[in-house]
Amino acid sequence: MKDTPLSNCERDFLLKAIEEKKRLDGRQTYDYRKMKITFGTDFGCCYVDLGKTRVMAQVSCELVAPKESRPNEGIMFFNIELSPMASPAFEQGRQSELSVKLNRQLERCLRNSKCIDTESLCVVSGEKVWQIRVDVHMLNHDGNLMDAASIAAITALCHFRRPDVGIQGDEVTVYSPEERDPIPLSIYHMPISVSFSFFQQGTYLLVDPCEREERIMDGLLMIAMNKHREICSIQSSGGIMLLKEQVMRCSKIASVKVSEITELISKALENDKKARKAGERCGFAESMPQERITALKMDETSVEMTDVTDRANDIVQKAEAPLQTVPSPVVPAPGVGQVGQGLQNTWGLEEDDEEEEEENDNSGEEREENVTRMEEDQHDKVESRGGDVVEISDSEEEEVVILQPEMIDKAPKNTGSSSHQKGAAASKKRQKK
Amino acid sequence: MMEVSDSSNVTLREFGCEQSLLSRPDGSASFIQGDTSVLAGVYGPAEVKVSKEIYDRATLEVLIQPKVGLPSVRERSQEQCVRETCEASLLLSLHPRSSLTLILQVLHDDGSLLSCSLNAACMALMDAGLPMSCLFCGVTCAIDTEGKIITDPSATQEKESRALMTFAIDSKEGRVLMSATKGAFTVYELQQCIAVSQKASEKIFQFYRDSVQRRYSKTL
Repeated sequence: MKDTPLSNCERDFLLKAIEEKKRLDGRQTYDYRKMKITFGTDFGCCYVDLGKTRVMAQVSCELVAPKESRPNEGIMFFNIELSPMASPAFEQGRQSELSVKLNRQLERCLRNSKCIDTESLCVVSGEKVWQIRVDVHMLNHDGNLMDAASIAAITALCHFRRPDVGIQGDEVTVYSPEERDPIPLSIYHMPISVSFSFFQQGTYLLVDPCEREERIMDGLLMIAMNKHREICSIQSSGGIMLLKEQVMRCSKIASVKVSEITELISKALENDKKARKAGERCGFAESMPQERITALKMDETSVEMTDVTDRANDIVQKAEAPLQTVPSPVVPAPGVGQVGQGLQNTWGLEEDDEEEEEENDNSGEEREENVTRMEEDQHDKVESRGGDVVEISDSEEEEVVILQPEMIDKAPKNTGSSSHQKGAAASKKRQKK
Repeated sequence: MMEVSDSSNVTLREFGCEQSLLSRPDGSASFIQGDTSVLAGVYGPAEVKVSKEIYDRATLEVLIQPKVGLPSVRERSQEQCVRETCEASLLLSLHPRSSLTLILQVLHDDGSLLSCSLNAACMALMDAGLPMSCLFCGVTCAIDTEGKIITDPSATQEKESRALMTFAIDSKEGRVLMSATKGAFTVYELQQCIAVSQKASEKIFQFYRDSVQRRYSKTL
């Protein structure tokens, strides 16, 4: 599917509005859209709504062998899926440029900044470590996927609980969540990325661009920072020339934004923890807004079952009786098994008097048995005729004269396939006019 | 002969549905059955690749994205089930040489995933305004080790069951559009499960009607 291209008037309108410091949705230059963070039923699942951009992250873990170069560190694996649901331009399975860029940025932001203590993920040094896998799915693309993905990923990592492990000498026991409470990952700091889009060769700047603004921007600056004002990663793309003052200004804005976002994440995690402790049901089901007109919920209902048995019995009785099932194989002669009766040969060809080899292999039994019996019949017939060449078909081919009488060869064959082919060849041979 | 269980086992879990929750797809819906939730998005009718175009019908493509990892063979077989059901009820010949893409994202799997996907798909197709000859819904039945029928099983019930069946039922005459089964069961059990699913589907169709009625009660 192709995405609708941006028209020139839309482009001109947006640029003109930006020059007058106005945005399509009425935001200020440095404003973020409304952000909402909710959690799923199991640990490590998080949904982030940034305006209309929707992203879901899921964290899972597995015990694997560690990397050769780092035998006592766990492994972090990040995967951003640009689901075709998010935008008609995304295709399933194709590793597009945007997908590579986002994956690489998220890896740099979370892995290279060492925000997770990977040494605590080690179980048995050199043999077993935890591999933490973060899958981020884009559900709706309305701009600024990178920020939403980074927030979702770090929140999901903070929310995740891995199974508890007990080591006694050589034995390693992994406890299920019912046996022992799972333990959270040890996270040093929370890097969050903030995106700045530049227009008119760096003259104008907007924070958190929406999808339309992203399409007309000249360049993008992504700064990943944590609340301690440490920069974890910077990426500038699009080829715009930025002045030192511009970059400094952006980093100042970013630090303000990051502290706000970190505040929001902590609050959301706190609320979720409280709800789980109080035993409330958590998950996507609960977070569905009830008061919206587009949403509806129905409670648990039972199903009327009054005449079900009668209907079912009715249908079964009216149905045809099933075909006779075939019993276990019959053994008419040693070395030969027969399953089923087999049918009359419908090929319409007279068999040659070449005898079929006896078959040891079970695979071609039935065919062989039929062909053998058929050929025995033919053999008898031919003998009674006295070996004359008999006219069978009306084909116009040359007369075939049999030079030597056929010998009955009873030597067993080893492979099923070659006999099968020979059988086919034998049945195809005709006595021609 | 199998007895139908008492009504305490034959219940449908709490349902929930939200329509038009995504702004990019032409139609979208999320469907929730207990804790199982699936999000569906529909794009179409849109341009189709020449290699995939069919001269007199629309080309329907279904994609199921699991929560963890990449789609595997299991997702492919589920996609096939959903696609065949949709093709049976959509009026594809009204949009020749076009593509319809249905994307399903698993948000949480707590049993009855295929039927939840079918329900989400139907609501998303309705939300997109695609012409259909009938609506369809999915119902999952499980037969536990004692021989009782359980509808809409949770993940633990599914694991302990002897057989698991999912049926897609149409709304006009209650016939079976698609069936996917796992495990061993007798012919009687199959027919009883189908009858139970047909009864359960009436509740689901009523829920569809209520959702859509509520949604269009005010012009948005």
